[in-house]
Amino acid sequence: MTYRLAPIDTGAFVAERDGDHHTVIGSVVRRSDARGHVTGRTEFFEDVAAPRLAHLKMHRSARHHARITDVDVSGALAVPGVLRVLTHADVPNNVYTVLKLIGVEPDDEPVLAVDKVRYLGEPICAVVAETEAAALEGAAAIEVGYEDLPPVFDVEEALKEGAPLVNEYQGQNYFVYEGHHCRRIRFGDVEKAFGQADHVFEWRYQSSPIEQAPVETTGCVVVPQADGRLRIHSDTQACFFTLDNTALILGVPFNKLRIVGGTVGGGFGGKVDVVVEPIACVAAMAVDRPVKFVYDRAEEMQVSSPRAAERIVIKDAVMDDGRIIGRKVTLYVDAGAYARHSPYGTTKAAAHLPGPYTIPNVWADCHCVFTNRTPSSAMRGFGVTIADFALESQMDRIARALDMDPLQLRLINAYRDGDLKAHRKIAEGTALVEVIQKAAELAGHELPEAYRRMSSTTREGL
Amino acid sequence: MPSQIVSLVVNGERREFIAAPGATLLACLRESLGLIAAKRGCAQGACGTCTVLVDGRPEAACLVAVETVADGSVRTLEGVTSGGELDEVQSAFIDCFATQCGFCTSGMIMVAEALLDRNPDPSEDDVIEAISGNVCRCTGYRPIVIAIMEAARRRREQAVPR
Ligand code: FES
Ligand code: FES
Repeated sequence: MTYRLAPIDTGAFVAERDGDHHTVIGSVVRRSDARGHVTGRTEFFEDVAAPRLAHLKMHRSARHHARITDVDVSGALAVPGVLRVLTHADVPNNVYTVLKLIGVEPDDEPVLAVDKVRYLGEPICAVVAETEAAALEGAAAIEVGYEDLPPVFDVEEALKEGAPLVNEYQGQNYFVYEGHHCRRIRFGDVEKAFGQADHVFEWRYQSSPIEQAPVETTGCVVVPQADGRLRIHSDTQACFFTLDNTALILGVPFNKLRIVGGTVGGGFGGKVDVVVEPIACVAAMAVDRPVKFVYDRAEEMQVSSPRAAERIVIKDAVMDDGRIIGRKVTLYVDAGAYARHSPYGTTKAAAHLPGPYTIPNVWADCHCVFTNRTPSSAMRGFGVTIADFALESQMDRIARALDMDPLQLRLINAYRDGDLKAHRKIAEGTALVEVIQKAAELAGHELPEAYRRMSSTTREGL
Repeated sequence: MPSQIVSLVVNGERREFIAAPGATLLACLRESLGLIAAKRGCAQGACGTCTVLVDGRPEAACLVAVETVADGSVRTLEGVTSGGELDEVQSAFIDCFATQCGFCTSGMIMVAEALLDRNPDPSEDDVIEAISGNVCRCTGYRPIVIAIMEAARRRREQAVPR
C-alpha cells in the first residue's frame, strides 16, 4: 500500500527489523472509532437529543481587573424565553481548583465572580433560556457596574514589590510550593562554575499563549434523571476531574452524577479544566430541565485556557571544548488569573531542566505567576515544550558562538546511563546519543569517527 | 414572521418540517430531522464541519437560511452510506488514517464527494483546493489529501468494466 502515510515506520529502519520479533510496531491497526467517524454515527456530546433542552450563555467581565459594584439582571429577566439568571449566590460551593483532589491548594477560582473580576471574559452571570438566541440576548442585557483596579499583565511586573494583587485566595502573585516562592533546583555551585568558565552565555526567551483551537468547542449537555441524578454528556478530556470537582461544587455525593464522555472533538489539553459542567448542572437543577452550555467559537478562542506564555532566562558556563559546566535557569509561567493546571505545569518545567544533558552545576527558579490574563492551563506537553524551545535554541546559539557543530556540542553534553541528574536521580535508559547519531545519518550530516563511536552506556570519548 | 413548513429532499427522501424564521439548514438537519453527522464547529462559515451538499454543491449549512433552499435536494454524510456499505471515500478515510477525533470528518467527506462527482481524476492541488475551507486540527491534512486521492483511484478502478 503505497498511499499510506501512517504508521510511519515503513522507511529507514525497516531493513533492521527483518526477521525480528517485533510484529506490532509498523503493522497497521485500524482505529476502533473510525467507522463511526466516517459514517457520522459517532455520538459527540452535542449530538445527544434532550427533549425540552434549555440553553445557557454567560455574561462575562468587560474588564481585566475590577471590583464589581453592582449587578443588575432585570434586563435579562425581561427577555422573552429567559428562564433563570444565576449568580454566585446560586452555586453551592462557589470556589474551587481543578487539581484539589490531588492536593493542589488553595481553592482560588469562583465558578461565577463574586465581588471582583480578575481577567477579561471572566464569567459573572449565567442566563438560562428556552433558546440559544434568548440566552444570548439575556446575557447581553445584564448590566454590571465596575470600579477599575490596576491590572498587571507581565510576570516580572507581577512579582515586583507593590504590584497589584491579582488573586486574593492565593494571597500573593505566585503559587507557593511547599513554603517556597517557586520550584527550585540547587545542584553543585553555578556561581563557581561561572568563575571557572571560558565563556558565559546568557539569553532570554519568551513565548506567547497558544490556543488549542479544537474544532469542536468546549461544552456539555446536562440531563436531570428521574432518580434525581444528573447525567452529564461532556467533551471533557478528564471525566474523573469533571465528576469529582462538579460534585464538590454542587455539594452532592459523587454517585449523584453520571458522566458520559470519552468522545472528544479535539482537545490537546484545552478540555481538561472543569469549567462548563458545574454551572450547567446548577442550571439544570434550577430549571429541572436538560441544559446545554457550549462555547461559541469566540469564547473558545478568548476565554478557554491556552498554553501559558513563558519567559525563560538561561545563563550557561561553557568551556572552549563545548562542555557546559554550569546552567542557571530562571523561568516564569504566566498562569493568568487562576491556578488551573499551571502549578503542575511549572513543576513539569522544573523537572525537565536542565534538558537531557549532564551538567555538574545547576540552579533553577521556576515561578508560577498570577497576572490579569486569561487563565492558562494544559496543552500538549505544557511546561516542557517551551522549555525545550528555549534549551535547544540556547544549545544552537552556544554552538554558533563557539563555531562548533551543534550536534557535536549536544553529543559532548548528552546524558549517559549512570550520570547523576540535577534532581539527584541516576539517569538510566538514555538514548540521546544514539538518536542524534541516527538523525545525523538520516540527514546526511557528517559526524567524525569519535562522535559516531559514542554511546549512551559509556562515557568513552568524552 | 411566523414559522413555516419547509420541504426538502434529504438523502433522496422528501422531508417536511417546521422551521422558525431564519433557522439555518444546519439547525434543521440536526434538530428537526435528527441528522447529526454535520457538525457545528464555528457557526460562522469558517471551519467547514457543517458542510453538506445542496443540489450537489458543498455548502456551509450553518450559513444557509433553510427557506432559501426550500424544495432543494440535500445530501449529508448519512446519505453516503448505503445499506451499511461504506463508499470509496469513507473506506479510504479509514485505511489512510484520515480521521482522528472525527469532528471534521463529515465535512471533509462531503467536500470530497462533491469533488469526485465533478472530477473523477483530481490532482493533488485540486484536492487541496477542495478542502481549503475545512479545518482539521488533528491530522495535519496530509492523510486526508492522500485518502481522497486514494478514493478517486479506487472509484476509477471500479468504473472500469472487467
Ligand atoms: S460550523 Fe459551519 S463553517 Fe463552521
Ligand atoms: S480529525 Fe480532529 S479535527 Fe480533523
